Amino acid sequence: MGNASSMLTQYDIEEVQEHCNYLFSQQEIVALYNRFCQLDRTAKGFISSDEFLSIPEFSLNPLSQRLLKMVDGLNFKDFVAFLSAFSPQATPQQKVELIFKVYDVDGKGRVTFKDLLEVLRDLTGSFMSEEQREKVLGQVLEEAGYSRESSLYVEDFMKVLSKAGLKMEVEVPVD
Amino acid sequence: MNQRVGTDSSPLRFAACESASIPLFATFIGARRRAPPARTHRQIGSQLVGRRILAAMGGLDSSSMETDLDRPNIEEYLTTETIREVPKKLHLSDLLDISPTLTEAAGAIVDDSFTRCFKSNSPEPWNWNIYLFPLWCLGVVVRYGILFPASFSWLVSLSNLISCMFCRVGVLALGWIVFFAAFLPVHFLIRGHDKWRRKIERKLVEMMCSVFVASWTGVIKYHGPRPSRRPQQVFVANHTSMIDFIILEQMTAFAVIMQKHPGWVGFIQKTILESVGCIWFNRTESKDREVVATKIREHTQGVDNNPLLIFPEGTCVNNHYTVMFKKGAFELGCAVCPVAIKYNKIFVDAFWNSKKQSFTTHLAQLMTSWAVVCDVWYLEPQYIRPGEIPIEFAERVRDMISVRAGLKKVPWDGYLKYFRPSPKLTERKQQIFAESVLKRLEEK
Repeated sequence: MGNASSMLTQYDIEEVQEHCNYLFSQQEIVALYNRFCQLDRTAKGFISSDEFLSIPEFSLNPLSQRLLKMVDGLNFKDFVAFLSAFSPQATPQQKVELIFKVYDVDGKGRVTFKDLLEVLRDLTGSFMSEEQREKVLGQVLEEAGYSRESSLYVEDFMKVLSKAGLKMEVEVPVD
Repeated sequence: MNQRVGTDSSPLRFAACESASIPLFATFIGARRRAPPARTHRQIGSQLVGRRILAAMGGLDSSSMETDLDRPNIEEYLTTETIREVPKKLHLSDLLDISPTLTEAAGAIVDDSFTRCFKSNSPEPWNWNIYLFPLWCLGVVVRYGILFPASFSWLVSLSNLISCMFCRVGVLALGWIVFFAAFLPVHFLIRGHDKWRRKIERKLVEMMCSVFVASWTGVIKYHGPRPSRRPQQVFVANHTSMIDFIILEQMTAFAVIMQKHPGWVGFIQKTILESVGCIWFNRTESKDREVVATKIREHTQGVDNNPLLIFPEGTCVNNHYTVMFKKGAFELGCAVCPVAIKYNKIFVDAFWNSKKQSFTTHLAQLMTSWAVVCDVWYLEPQYIRPGEIPIEFAERVRDMISVRAGLKKVPWDGYLKYFRPSPKLTERKQQIFAESVLKRLEEK
């Protein structure tokens, strides 16, 4: 990259590594830094929504708008911390916490029926009616021992998702 | 940072082919659950999708698959149980588990095959090095004496005095002066003898392009039979920079189809390139396509016109990859002559990153490099086969060009540089997920 605003020093790398709980190796952090600089075209120090949406694969993801709210304007340290949940070394707890945060986009600490409905709406679009979505959600919630009025917390998510065996890993290409 | 030239460990992602409007992306929930040896599940899904797309386009034989998907066979990774997934009862965990979608999004953030097509190299420290600079100056003197067309070498040795940078600019300026001194009278005064006028103008344009090439000390090797002037043919080439046109124009006067540019480039387009017969388009106008298609058709049918050169990628790509070809050039019903261009990156990165630098800066960068070294291959003219649709034809020609020039194929539409992907692609993903949920709901 002819355009990297500053080169990463060893101190920077170690600081970022600590911030992400050592889930990425130093080489991976350097690779992520190069990617960050590539996406941040105007070298502002963060990546704007527009620049994220210029990645076609990200743009056509149904959850892109939700994720944008989480990653928009992050500096490099927080960017790496966000991606650390996708590291192969991350614990299931960390992965579930990220999923929880995607559902609980306003950060109230609990996920309501409305939140579940909204995510399902993002995932299914116009191919399921609102009644169908409510019906499906109500049905699976009851079967799992919850009701429409109950709020789900991180522990509930852990309980439900740990059985499924989460596969949420991303490979950072190292030069 | 060094540019990764598509190493084998790099995952190429799933395809989105907007211009072809072929139904594509599918979330293969079954395929994703399986953890394969040494590859992420994401890649499996993407490989499967990639194959499905190419299969859907029909008639692509295995040899062409090998060149662009240099990975082992899909069938090794998928067992029958994941291909024919029996719908199981729906649980809360299935709806809460958005990890596949999140993984795709995160994977796209970390690395995606589209952005890789437009990554430019950092300039190598070959130039303006304290000990290499005098050698470079000497080299320029030698290059001008040998490579420059003979008729101008006396001008070169005259002007070749103070600094080599002055020399390059000087020669370029001199070239322009000579060109305009000859072109303007010919263009405006010789009115009656059109054929003569055209011939002289063509030669002058070819000469001017040679001057340009020499000003960047271009070393260009042409392979294959030179283009001939015949009707019912069109030339297509991969696109790295606007200098592609100059390099090809040096050998044959082509008519070209270009985006209208502002500034001095636009001025040249209007005055000089009109004489070789150019067609303008505007990416941002939606109705433009039909108008341009008509113009192209008329041009190829005219007997007297210069052969038409089209860059079907529609945008500049960094000469390591090719993006999808637009089908416009392939549905004319005439011969398509592929031309492959490959630049040698050791000397200079000829990729014009139009988002990063203006054309003037790009030219200046080329002039301050050692040389522009490239290979041009004129390949065998191709005709559309019976039963082949234009998109398949375009893919076949893209394959030929990519193989010849050693480029990797990427199934993205180049215009995604300027526009967002169509929402239809997201809708397709949503549709598949919704259908699978509804199906499983019926299972009791």
